[in-house]
Amino acid sequence: MTGTDWPLWEVFVRSRRGLSHTHAGSLHAPDAEMALRNARDLYTRRSEGVSIWVVPSAAVTASSPDEKDPFFEPAADKPYRHPTFYEIPEGVQHL
Amino acid sequence: MTTVVPERAALALGDDALVLSHRLGEWAGHAPVLEEEVALANIALDLLGQARTLLSLVGDEDDLAFLREERAFRNVQLVEQPNGDFAHTIARQLYFSAYQELLYGQLAASDTVFAPLAAKAVKEVAYHRDHAEHWTLRLGDGTDESRRRMRHALDALWRYTGELFEPVEGLPVDGPALREGWLGRITGVLERAGLALPEGPQHTPWAAGGGRQGIHTEPFGRMLAEMQHLHRSHPGASW
Repeated sequence: MTGTDWPLWEVFVRSRRGLSHTHAGSLHAPDAEMALRNARDLYTRRSEGVSIWVVPSAAVTASSPDEKDPFFEPAADKPYRHPTFYEIPEGVQHL
Repeated sequence: MTTVVPERAALALGDDALVLSHRLGEWAGHAPVLEEEVALANIALDLLGQARTLLSLVGDEDDLAFLREERAFRNVQLVEQPNGDFAHTIARQLYFSAYQELLYGQLAASDTVFAPLAAKAVKEVAYHRDHAEHWTLRLGDGTDESRRRMRHALDALWRYTGELFEPVEGLPVDGPALREGWLGRITGVLERAGLALPEGPQHTPWAAGGGRQGIHTEPFGRMLAEMQHLHRSHPGASW
């Protein structure tokens, strides 16, 4: 059997409490339980995480590079959408 | 806590971990898939860490690992058995990690020099057992071929499991109680996998006291030769 027989999974790791899960990479596994274990071995063995999600890559719907301009370009010239006019209070982390 | 080191017991447990670590390391570059290769290497490294701590209780870890003759090793014969196919590796891991988890659980609660190591290692071993159980379920409940191979592996290694529960000098564990817990655990996993518990004796007729007395099976000598040749060819070399 080769890895190509197994579906691909996307791995999300939460590195610390209070942070959100971040995409760490992908791997092959026969099912979700094994994907979780493989993710533990591949992406958290240097104690990078406190929580892991695995998602079948086939379940991810991605935006197309062709749609880049209509999707993202219009946001570029609207600075009022960015909260840059606020002072960030001291002691607020992870913002 | 007592600080007396029961050397025979430390050697027995240290050699178990060292030898199984080496066997698992043999999968590097050969595992069925990359993900599994990393998983087996992780388990091997956990075991190597345990071996280093245990052998260091007795003497110089490198001398003990690389300069002892075959008859001086005290590991059980189960861990020296060759990797075989993937099912053999998983069956060996299932039998051994279920035993090691129960053993370290008892040692962690004991008043011995083994308690600190065991308290840390029991969590590592719980993962090794979980890994082996998940693969046993998938191979047992997989294709006709995976099922046949898993059955064959479980049967072939069964004869080496009795040695796990024999008393070791200086090891404060209750062997028969350990065996009962182990058998319950293995039976539960095999039932879920749709596999029968192997029948037949848990000892080989020619075990002659077994690995704890320094009597080893034929493949062990070749494994040791490979494991030790670099150190013996270049004494004192370092990276």
